[in-house]
Amino acid sequence: MIEQLLQLAINGLIVGTILALTGVGASLVFGIQRVANFAHGEYLTFGAYIGLIVNVYYKADLVTATIAAMAATALLALAIHFTVLKPLRSRGLVAMSLITVGLGLMLRDVVFMVAGPQIRQYAIDQTSVYDLGLVRIAPGQAVAVGVAAVVVPAVAFLLARTPIGKSMRAVADNRDLAAISGIDVDRIGTYVWILAGALAGLGGVMFAMIQGTFDPNLGYQILFLIFTSVVLGGIGNAYGALVAGVVLGMVMELSTWSGLAGGLDARMKPVLAFAALIALLLWRPQGLFGKARVL
Amino acid sequence: MDFLNPAFWTFVAVIAGIYAIMALGLYVQFSLAGLPNFGHVAFMATAAYVMAILVVRYHVPLAIASIGAIAAAVAVGLLLAGPALRLRADYLAIATIAGGEIVRYLAMNLPELTGGPIGSMGLAGPGNIAMYNQDWLALLNRLTAALSQASGHAVSRDLTMALLVWTFAGLLLLVFRRMEKSPWGRVMKAVREDETAAAAAGKNVFSFKLQALILGAILGAISGLLLAWQIGIFSPEDFQPTLTFYAYLILILGGLNRLWAIPVGAVLFSVLFSGTRLLNFFPLSLIDSGNRAFLRLFLVGFLLVLFMALRPQGLLGNRKELLLEK
Repeated sequence: MIEQLLQLAINGLIVGTILALTGVGASLVFGIQRVANFAHGEYLTFGAYIGLIVNVYYKADLVTATIAAMAATALLALAIHFTVLKPLRSRGLVAMSLITVGLGLMLRDVVFMVAGPQIRQYAIDQTSVYDLGLVRIAPGQAVAVGVAAVVVPAVAFLLARTPIGKSMRAVADNRDLAAISGIDVDRIGTYVWILAGALAGLGGVMFAMIQGTFDPNLGYQILFLIFTSVVLGGIGNAYGALVAGVVLGMVMELSTWSGLAGGLDARMKPVLAFAALIALLLWRPQGLFGKARVL
Repeated sequence: MDFLNPAFWTFVAVIAGIYAIMALGLYVQFSLAGLPNFGHVAFMATAAYVMAILVVRYHVPLAIASIGAIAAAVAVGLLLAGPALRLRADYLAIATIAGGEIVRYLAMNLPELTGGPIGSMGLAGPGNIAMYNQDWLALLNRLTAALSQASGHAVSRDLTMALLVWTFAGLLLLVFRRMEKSPWGRVMKAVREDETAAAAAGKNVFSFKLQALILGAILGAISGLLLAWQIGIFSPEDFQPTLTFYAYLILILGGLNRLWAIPVGAVLFSVLFSGTRLLNFFPLSLIDSGNRAFLRLFLVGFLLVLFMALRPQGLLGNRKELLLEK
């Protein structure tokens, strides 16, 4: 029972960290660009497949593959920003939502057509398991933990200490105030897409690794979990998304613990998260810890 | 497949008619009342599942089961009332698409109730293939026989269905056109354009939004039932969120604020969507048939982006009366 709890906690921490990283990007985009990016999941898919190409076909190691995926996805996010989202920014919330839905469909089906619908996996040994006494951990998960241990502090440092990170948070918090204090809002908007794209590419590779196998629906299945972390942390609140992602991952995994009145059926985890998303949007759109304000 | 095969195009006509009713439901919610419902598919899924479960599991007559199914969809519509009244447009879009996914996940993961991933076939338990549309087929066969006798030609069952669906769709369109032109419709548009002003003029905004939600749910439920009867078996996969966006594309193709453009959009969409499977000449023949399904969905996304970018009022719409600014 306790071993299961520990195992679930580890899994939850890993899933939660990835949700946190992708959530930071999506949250800043939502806050700064005012776009609910329904194509964000497909950015993860794109990253996962770039990682696959580099790792399996060019036989590079996973770290190289991850970096390549981050760079490629950042470029993709930038390209979409400049060709579609920026020119159409004045079209209104519903139009922008429909446009990102359309972009998501296009991206997902391009991946389907180019890579095929079959199930893929990275060149890691899926059968071996590291036994750490109380918990066991798969190689993919181990790599994910290693990457997270580097990237999470880096992102936190970027947001907290660097001028770019501070500017991002300022623009997300109050666009007009940031603009009159001399921040180039347009340029920060571009940087945010680079950051969000890179983190989405990273998230895609990491999800593909911890799942073991994946197909082009990878990102779409995670999109609403990312949205849930964003709303849970407060839209536009980068630190909030970091915390909320980890909380969401932990709660989802721990809810299946058999010590909890038998535990929730694992298949119902997404339903739990989606219901939480709707409830949060209804009652606390400013996030669990945020204070009420006009977004 | 033969380009001029009448049986194929009759089937396309049936689907187009069903899609027209589905899009009309979205029109009432989105174009009239200004509620961007991204989970319209939930009404269709709920109705199809409740109908099939009542018929197969509880041996309820089809007519009564269908009324129950529509009532269930209305209940889903009422659940939407909270979000629809409180949320900003993009939050509402997220909430409704997530709600639609909850319905689909539940249908997928409660096999004891819904038949699970294999869908309606699994309703009667393993080893038995469940049929829920026998009563419907019997009715359709009687109508087909009567039509054949009256016209003196052999009429196919799909042709009867097409005539039936389009007659029904036409009637619904006429009714809703009357409603749109009535004082009721004008208040609805006022609510869409400026809630505060409508409320200040003494109109009950809550009640009007609720009416739009319920009417949209009923229309969505009807299209879900017709779709289920037409395709004979269905699974959660048939109620993907993309179905909602087919409805949006139909509205956008025709013109977001043009009720009479809905059938035009539905026919255009269905011809485009079904027609791509006939495009098997070079260079499109390089794309194998499996990939063409993905190409179709790619086109749906592409047209959504293209129309939103270049002609947001649609082919026949009026740019002055746009509802995307919210």
